[in-house]
Amino acid sequence: MATNKHIIHGIFGDEVPMMEAIKKLRASGIRIKDVFSPMPVHGLDSLIGLPRTRIAICAFIYGLTGLGLATLMMWYMMISDWPNDVGGKPNWQYYFNIPAFIPITFESTVFCAAHGMALTYFLRCWLIPGAKAKNPDPRTTDDKFLVYLDLNDDQAKKAEIILTENGAEEVNQIKSYVVEPKYILEETH
Amino acid sequence: MHAESEIRIPLILGNKSYRQITDDIIAPIEGKAAKGWYILTSICALCFLWGILCLSYTIGVGVGAWGSNNGVDWAWDITNFVWWIGIGHAGTLISAVLLLFRQKWRMGINRSAEAMTIFAVMCAAIFVLLHTGRPWLDYMLFPLPNQFGSLWPNFNSPLLWDVFAVSTYFTVSLVFWYIGLIPDFAMIRDRVIKPWQKKMYSFLSFGWGGSARHWSRFEEVSLVLAGISTPLVFSVHSIVSFDFATSVVPGWHTTIFPPYFVAGAVFSGFAMVLTLMLVVRKIYKLESYITIKHIEYMNIVIIVTGSIVGVAYLTELFVAWYSGVEWEQYAFLNRATGPLAWSYWIMMGCNVVSPQLFWFKKIRTSIIATFILSIVVNIGMWFERFVIIVTTLCRTYVPSSWNTYSPSFIDIGIFVGTIGMFGTFFLLFSRFFPVIAQAELKTILKSSGESQKKSASTHAHH
Repeated sequence: MATNKHIIHGIFGDEVPMMEAIKKLRASGIRIKDVFSPMPVHGLDSLIGLPRTRIAICAFIYGLTGLGLATLMMWYMMISDWPNDVGGKPNWQYYFNIPAFIPITFESTVFCAAHGMALTYFLRCWLIPGAKAKNPDPRTTDDKFLVYLDLNDDQAKKAEIILTENGAEEVNQIKSYVVEPKYILEETH
Repeated sequence: MHAESEIRIPLILGNKSYRQITDDIIAPIEGKAAKGWYILTSICALCFLWGILCLSYTIGVGVGAWGSNNGVDWAWDITNFVWWIGIGHAGTLISAVLLLFRQKWRMGINRSAEAMTIFAVMCAAIFVLLHTGRPWLDYMLFPLPNQFGSLWPNFNSPLLWDVFAVSTYFTVSLVFWYIGLIPDFAMIRDRVIKPWQKKMYSFLSFGWGGSARHWSRFEEVSLVLAGISTPLVFSVHSIVSFDFATSVVPGWHTTIFPPYFVAGAVFSGFAMVLTLMLVVRKIYKLESYITIKHIEYMNIVIIVTGSIVGVAYLTELFVAWYSGVEWEQYAFLNRATGPLAWSYWIMMGCNVVSPQLFWFKKIRTSIIATFILSIVVNIGMWFERFVIIVTTLCRTYVPSSWNTYSPSFIDIGIFVGTIGMFGTFFLLFSRFFPVIAQAELKTILKSSGESQKKSASTHAHH
């Protein structure tokens, strides 16, 4: 049997009633697809069940890469390829020169960590020059908070009631579509 | 919602809503520019053009066009370089260190302070790139494989550390600034009506939508970037000071230099932020967001860092005397009583005495006094670098190589040009970019807005 799905936008003028509404929606087993807001709302991620972002772990790995690259570069250039003997202080081994290499090792660590993380962030959020605006309603960058739901018939009715009762300024059904059974089967697996 | 103590003074004045913040921040972008903006921009652009002319002349005939000579081989070039880099430091300090300390007052000023950082580092870069003498060979500063066999730059040299430090600092600050700008560009994109503006801001906003996932990544990225920018900013000015401290020139060869330079950088940077902010808040009527309290906080930072700088000056004198090294002692005697003593006393007056005036609440909350003192501090900090570089190099070890110094016409032209460039870029920024991080500002409206605080306290007392 084919199922009807509905995309619903619940628009709020303030984050406090929106958080209340989301709590109620979650309590009645409704999944929040996404929330669009003009600014970060604290506590929202855990409320809608978002896992913590792992981007900081990426930054750490990029930083280690930068550290390794700088070490390799300086070892090759200053120790292996062309060792210097300045004032009777030769640098035949890397560890002889470590103090002088620390500043650049540090800078390279920061460079790679920062740029690697920024690139990951841009790609992961698909923030690309000229990309299409991702917010479904332009007011969400100004002062409106939008709860984005994608639900079946029963849940949609329930959600609309909860949203209206909890102070949503607008509850709009944006579109409805039909999902063929084979996809539903796959989804429930 | 995060509640805040009642006795904390609000950071957003007036009866503001989220919509009101949007309107206020977008006003300079949507509206027509004031006459004052055109006048200031024209003056700065003319200075900038003059600088380009002098710069081209230098490239044409070589650094002989400068006042630098055989003894004084670093002069205005490095003085200006260190001055500009130092000014840049306040931006990172405000956005990174104050973020780590969760200081909410940073939100009114961080955007423009970061812009200032970027433009200041660009000005600084002009001098280092030019002072090499043959700027078209500047790629040789980087460790690139080349046709000269194994000719690598010397990784033991602080001058090379500087290349890495400044380029890392510039690019990381730029990325940090831009990541913060994206949500604000998206706000402008969704508001403006003119087609060319719509197109420009859609391009600049990278398709930002403000979904919960993106905001959670945004916050994590900001926090981690702040975490790594903080040691970065300290390392950059420490490394700049190593250019001097690792040499064997009396007056330069001191271990106090890194902390002393960092404090001086923050000191001059905050002064420059104040100079710019006082103009910006006036032109764009942002008095509700950049309040007297913000100005007072910045002045307090100036007292602290100014006093650190003062202690460093006195420590230098003490160490020179206590070391028993005649060369070292003479270097400082020469600074205070030699032919360029006037510059030493300008430095002492502007950097040690003038910030102490901020101990008076009347002075540190007065806009006019702050504006004047912020300029005085920057003059003082320019003279600090002049004293360290020129006065020292005028009288080094061998009296036969003693020399005097006076800047050439071209020296002055390039310096004025960088001030013009800085001003032009900053004015363009303030006209076309959101000068206040409005998305972040909206997060503190509930806890630090004036009317919101009032209504919260009346609720608590009923």
